[in-house]
Amino acid sequence: MTQHHLEIRIIPRPGLLDPEGKAIHHALDSLGYESVRNVRVGKAIYVDLEAPTSEQAIEEAEAMCRGLLANPVTEDFEIGMVSPATDPGKPS
Amino acid sequence: MRTAVVTFPGSNCDYDVYQAIKSVGGDPTFTWHRDATLDNVDAVVLPGGFSYGDYLRGGAIARMSPIMDQVVEFAEGGGPVLGICNGFQILCEAGLLPGALTRNDTLKFESKDVRIRVENADTIFSRDYGVGQVLRMPIAHAEGNYYADQGTLDSLESGGQVVFRYCDPSGGDDGGWNPNGSARSIAGIRNEAGNILGMMPHPERAVEEVLGSVDGLGVFTSLVRQLSPAVA
Repeated sequence: MTQHHLEIRIIPRPGLLDPEGKAIHHALDSLGYESVRNVRVGKAIYVDLEAPTSEQAIEEAEAMCRGLLANPVTEDFEIGMVSPATDPGKPS
Repeated sequence: MRTAVVTFPGSNCDYDVYQAIKSVGGDPTFTWHRDATLDNVDAVVLPGGFSYGDYLRGGAIARMSPIMDQVVEFAEGGGPVLGICNGFQILCEAGLLPGALTRNDTLKFESKDVRIRVENADTIFSRDYGVGQVLRMPIAHAEGNYYADQGTLDSLESGGQVVFRYCDPSGGDDGGWNPNGSARSIAGIRNEAGNILGMMPHPERAVEEVLGSVDGLGVFTSLVRQLSPAVA
């Protein structure tokens, strides 16, 4: 078994009202970033899990998204692998 | 008629609901979220609050509670289930009602009295009201912006599943009185079979004159009368 480090991005569906993204867009405008066309706010969830292969790790994470992490009515999800973070608890 | 009021960690309207049911002659009983059984109850209420701190999404974690398997089974067997505020969110997350409650379009936690119009008075939760009746009761939520795709909204409308809708004080459709941006000003819906109701406003906080409104009583008298016609 290998430990896999996954980044799960939960993103509001396109076309769905995203008032938080809209507010941030306005704030960026006030800062002078007039080039900004769209801002959407999602969230990232970092999951470390054990699985024989990275494909299986991703498959399991997809099931987690469908079952709990994302709301299929309003959110899409993307799963990526990230390199292991340094564990501050371990002496190097 | 025995009504289970389910308490999750973070529920804060459970005692209000208990009191409201008792005041109209019902027989409420508290059920803890870790309980694995619903003991001989005739109805279930999921009260408002902030179960599990609203982590992930309002209601998302609560619906994984042990008691929810029982609630789903009870609901699917035709048992009456009422979800108020956070309870409505839990019902959507559990798939017992369609759609989802998303962030208020105002981006604020909205805590105030609103007016809602009774759209369907032929449900076990609204039969003591009249169609078109305007009710005043409080809301207190940050995620009450009801969302569903157009097809779902159309079928809710045509099936009489929209039970309560935000309106102006005279019952008009001025969108400016919609406090959270909910699709088609929806404040409460029932499922297709009619035994499950979810609503964002708090009827249990409008059951005594001293609270400023008694317009919420009808939800509880309707339910109690449905289950034990001799009472209320």
